Amino acid sequence: MNKVKDLEEITGYFRDNQSIMIGGFLCVGTPELLVDALVKKGVRDLTIIGNDTGYPDRGIGKLIVSGQTKKAIVSHIGTNKETGRLMNTGELEVDLVPQGTLAERIRSAGAGLGGFLTPTGVGTIVEEGKQTLTIDGKKYLLELPLKADIALLKAWKADKLGNLVYRRAARNFNPLMAFSAELVIVEAEEIVEVGELDQDEVVTPGTLVDIIVKA
Amino acid sequence: MSDRRELIVKRVAAFFNEGDLVNLGIGMPTMVANYIPPEANVMLQSENGFIGIGPSPEPGTEDKDTVNAGGIPATIIPGGACFDSATSFALIRGGHVDATVLGALEVDEAGNLANWVVPGKLVPGMGGAMDLVTGAKKVIIAMEHTTKDGSPKILKKCTLPLTAVNAVDYIVTELGVMEVTSDGILLTEIAPGVTVEEIQSKTEAKLIISDNLKTM
Repeated sequence: MNKVKDLEEITGYFRDNQSIMIGGFLCVGTPELLVDALVKKGVRDLTIIGNDTGYPDRGIGKLIVSGQTKKAIVSHIGTNKETGRLMNTGELEVDLVPQGTLAERIRSAGAGLGGFLTPTGVGTIVEEGKQTLTIDGKKYLLELPLKADIALLKAWKADKLGNLVYRRAARNFNPLMAFSAELVIVEAEEIVEVGELDQDEVVTPGTLVDIIVKA
Repeated sequence: MSDRRELIVKRVAAFFNEGDLVNLGIGMPTMVANYIPPEANVMLQSENGFIGIGPSPEPGTEDKDTVNAGGIPATIIPGGACFDSATSFALIRGGHVDATVLGALEVDEAGNLANWVVPGKLVPGMGGAMDLVTGAKKVIIAMEHTTKDGSPKILKKCTLPLTAVNAVDYIVTELGVMEVTSDGILLTEIAPGVTVEEIQSKTEAKLIISDNLKTM
């Protein structure tokens, strides 16, 4: 099984209406080549899940500016004015989720959980429409898992089985998303032979990764 | 940095205990780092995924993978640690962060905080702010006492959408230091040259004046 593919080969997996998770935090740890491939393919009505909508010319921002995104599920849009503009004109639906809740919803989906209880958002508009539970006198919101059709991830090193190592703050949402999408595509800065990564340093087990592309 | 801002961030830095893990918000709170004495061994968390924020990198030595939660190039000190976003927020929500410092649009006498949205005007999103103010053991608000046009920001009841309910512990402004108690907002310290009457006139909430009022 060869997981290492050329960038051109992956565009065949992209379709209209897909939900796509994209790793990164303000574009650090975002697979820019994979995002570019998605922009080039021109598929539309996408639901994009990520920490933020990046900058207009970088990261998820490119998929906002291109008009391919129907809905964005993110924690922050302040660095991309185009997101706010499209939201105000009604061309883009934005679901703002507290960052810790977003991370845990993604983790839950990949961990086989039906949701989790968090105190974050209690008494705010985040609570609206959600079930609440009181445990030991403290109120919690029931937050549900979040999964996607495809995850586009960025790693520092990948071996040819897809075992991944991240670097510094570029890890962020990437290891969580590796668990919670049907198809996991990784852009790796370096692709090494099996055995070159120490088993103890691997963060994402290769079994979760379907395709590796060289950055 | 203006004198009033310097007064605020210096005072905030004195809140931390030795060995605390602290998360500083974007803007004025970030500047608090410059006033934490090294011997305090305070570790700073960056919610995008590490503990151990160091000094800003020298121009030309920035690392593309090392930025703070505002996306600004950062460094990680020896003894730091990197982790994913779920772990980062487990630290935050789980009460492992001793203190967080954030700015505010409004705070009220019940400790409610509004700092993430002005409907119809400013909708940046809450980022990690809701988790931070819900989970950190101590929530310190560092802000200028009034809005640019002089309107009070410390209110009887917040008018903007809330970030969290009953979450604020301390408020530090250029006029004084206040503690949110179950009875209301207690003025514990007052800036040099400021009178109780002046600070009350710029505060909508009724201040309780500490019997032991100190100079800030």
